[in-house]
Amino acid sequence: MSITEYFNLLWDDYTLRTITLGTAVLGAICGMLGSFAVLRKQSLLGDAISHAALPGIALAFLITGAKDSGILMLGALISGLIGTFWIRGITSKTHLKSDTALGLILSIFFGFGMLLLTFIQKQPNANQAGLDKYLFGQAATLMESDVQLMIIVTGISLFVMLLFWKEFKILLFDADYTKTLGFNTKFIDVLITFLIVLAIVLGLQTVGVVLMSAILLAPAAAARQWTNSLGTMVLLAAIFGAFSGVFGTAISASQNNLSTGPVIVLVAGVFVLFSFIFSPKRGLLFREIRFHQNRTDLKLMKTLQFMYGIAQEHENISHPHAIRILNNFHGFTKSSLKKLENEGWIIIQGQQWAITQKGFKQAQEMYNQKTMNE
Amino acid sequence: MDNQKIAVQIDDLTAAYNYKPVLWDIDLSVPEGVLMAIVGPNGAGKSTLIKAILGIIKPIAGSVSIYGKPYSKQRKMVAYVPQKGSVDWDFPTTALDVVMMGTYGSLGWIKRPGQKEKKIALESMEKVGMLAFKNRQISQLSGGQQQRVFLARALAQDAAIYFMDEPFQGVDATTEIAIINILKELRKAGKTVVVVHHDLQTVPEYFDWVTFLNVKKIATGPVKEIFNDDNLTKTYGINYKVAVNK
Repeated sequence: MSITEYFNLLWDDYTLRTITLGTAVLGAICGMLGSFAVLRKQSLLGDAISHAALPGIALAFLITGAKDSGILMLGALISGLIGTFWIRGITSKTHLKSDTALGLILSIFFGFGMLLLTFIQKQPNANQAGLDKYLFGQAATLMESDVQLMIIVTGISLFVMLLFWKEFKILLFDADYTKTLGFNTKFIDVLITFLIVLAIVLGLQTVGVVLMSAILLAPAAAARQWTNSLGTMVLLAAIFGAFSGVFGTAISASQNNLSTGPVIVLVAGVFVLFSFIFSPKRGLLFREIRFHQNRTDLKLMKTLQFMYGIAQEHENISHPHAIRILNNFHGFTKSSLKKLENEGWIIIQGQQWAITQKGFKQAQEMYNQKTMNE
Repeated sequence: MDNQKIAVQIDDLTAAYNYKPVLWDIDLSVPEGVLMAIVGPNGAGKSTLIKAILGIIKPIAGSVSIYGKPYSKQRKMVAYVPQKGSVDWDFPTTALDVVMMGTYGSLGWIKRPGQKEKKIALESMEKVGMLAFKNRQISQLSGGQQQRVFLARALAQDAAIYFMDEPFQGVDATTEIAIINILKELRKAGKTVVVVHHDLQTVPEYFDWVTFLNVKKIATGPVKEIFNDDNLTKTYGINYKVAVNK
């Protein structure tokens, strides 16, 4: 199946439509809430939470014996939340730094989860097959009820986010100040964290424990490159996330045996790479271009300054001089003279140049600019 | 001075990080309408004092009252200017947006800022000479401009008492003069201003009230009466000679 075939099939094939809708919604909610994680510099928290969810999934299965995704998700949510609060506890109650706390919780919970998984696999119960799908995720297992749950959770998250937009924003920027204004910062903090945990748990079935944090962070990191407004960033991250979901699903569906989770993450990675290079304000490419531009402009100004110096010595500033005399000094080329002429700062006649009133003024202002700005 | 109202009253305030006391049994009253500097060496607990007063860190013991009532009931009368290094200036927002945050306290939960709040924010920006930069992304502001934005944000709170944590840190002379003029105007309007300050040379010129702090309160009172070598030596531990311009 090619990509075009996939998109044609999308409208007819029920399973494909469900999976695509699911990954799109998942990408959107993760991008949206991932923006907050990135801006709070809690990027690694997502990784720790998703790993911490694994034992919850295994325990939920052991207790209920059912593989119902709703119940497993509840287990993941509880164990993810326990992991999160332990991380916070370790950071606030001990001298350990947050990276240590994250690393500890991540590996201990994940280790325990893996232990439970191997224990489950050894049991003589045919029902146990497939739990390991939660490691790397499998979008194909998404059912309509799963997608409905995703849509409901996304809707609620969106509503809460819009309701507390002002509070979220000020907490992200300046938590101490928020406290002095009389806001209960602990409540806002817990609310944001809870939403992030919720988004992670929602994605475990599709993307898996190991790669989950990428789908949370990549769209947000890409979006940050394109805008300086929080609202736009959240919106863009949601769009990038949704597209990663759709394209990831399309690519994995059109190739045999490519698992969806990793492909979605790779597509999101492409968004990040593209944004890092091509974003107009923060991208590497334009920064490089601007750097060269500035250097050329500076050279131009140097030439003009030099001409200004000569013109100052004459009563008539527009008295023509030979181009030859410019040769002695570094930074002059034919094209830079041409540019100066285009700006209307000088006139070139044959082998001679003369500075114009406009050019004289420009050079004069350059000199004064420093003092004027102060 | 005798019948002057007390704006801030602090009793038995003690704070600690882990087991090390940072503030020890501070009693302090700040009269209304003074421009007060808190001075002391590094690690003396100057910032901690402000943070403990504002409830940002939880003191072990002690109480703070604002105009005779507990601080928690009087939050709206108090504005805070944190150290500008305490936030990430690469946060995706504009200068106006940050100043607007000063109105969030009076707005309360959920309600969004509207035209009225925008007007307040713009007026505050004008007072600090930052109106031309209102749409500027905050990462594009210089250190002095960032400090002015923080000041404008506090002005937007329209409080009676202002706590500022080193507002002159890392700003150039022009900004320093601009800021001190605003502080003096606040005092003229009857507001009380408390400033954590590092530059002892400028204390007599800028402030009329001073508190010497080094874990314990060493002295507090009018600059003219208590800003002397004796108190400086007690606070800084060495014989600190400063040119006191009287």
